[in-house]
Amino acid sequence: MNPLTGYLLLSALIFSVGLAGALTRRSAILVLIGIELMLNAANLNFIAFWRYGPNPAALTGIMFAIFSISIAAAEAAVGLGIILAAYRHSQTTELDQMNSMKG
Amino acid sequence: MTVTFLILAALTLAGTVAAMAMRNLIHCVLALTLGFAGLAALYLLLGAQFVGFTQVLVYVGAVAILAVFVIMMTQSAGPAMQPIFSSFWMTGSVVAAAVFVVLAWAICRSGFASQVLPPPVEAAVHPIGDALMHGYVLPLEIMGLLLTAAMIGAVVLAMHEKRRTP
Repeated sequence: MNPLTGYLLLSALIFSVGLAGALTRRSAILVLIGIELMLNAANLNFIAFWRYGPNPAALTGIMFAIFSISIAAAEAAVGLGIILAAYRHSQTTELDQMNSMKG
Repeated sequence: MTVTFLILAALTLAGTVAAMAMRNLIHCVLALTLGFAGLAALYLLLGAQFVGFTQVLVYVGAVAILAVFVIMMTQSAGPAMQPIFSSFWMTGSVVAAAVFVVLAWAICRSGFASQVLPPPVEAAVHPIGDALMHGYVLPLEIMGLLLTAAMIGAVVLAMHEKRRTP
């Protein structure tokens, strides 16, 4: 097994952990954190493919990872703002108690 | 597959799994910080210094602090009394495990394992800044616009609604 495979497997593991957290936790904050973990797994893939790819001098993977980190920061800020607004509305951050939109 | 990689991978995985499995939300964020720091160290190990330090600044610095602030403001700190997992946790875990199995199968079946690897490279900061200022200047400007819009949107969302006086 060469290093690239190791990085890809680690990234797949982090993605699965984040997905499991986003799907199973009840707290909205931890669901958002799970999504952040999935984004981080994608970033690790970008960097690993840049490092072991055929043309590392082009810096494409680095650029994509930098922009992806910026997008993730904006997403975290807006997501946490939404959680605050929802908390002010329903006095809870537990997802299965925010059911006032159900018919 | 060096010892450094194995240690950092174990640290990162331990941090992320603990972040998703602990009861106290503050402990979750602390474990998450460990996971993010491990990822930053992995970026440094891969030779991407700029991305590694960006990861430390953005994730370990900003996102974790933001999450702690929201946990404090929503008073959800402290151990949860109710179950921390939702009622369909079994389905969610099965879906996540299935995703991992498919990804691992695809990685092992691909030609990466037998590929000849290029010599190590280092991405110095100078060519990155050069590329950001020449080839990627339009995406950079759009990113600045997006971050401004996101900041304004987050402030508007989190602002107190005005009480209407009759």
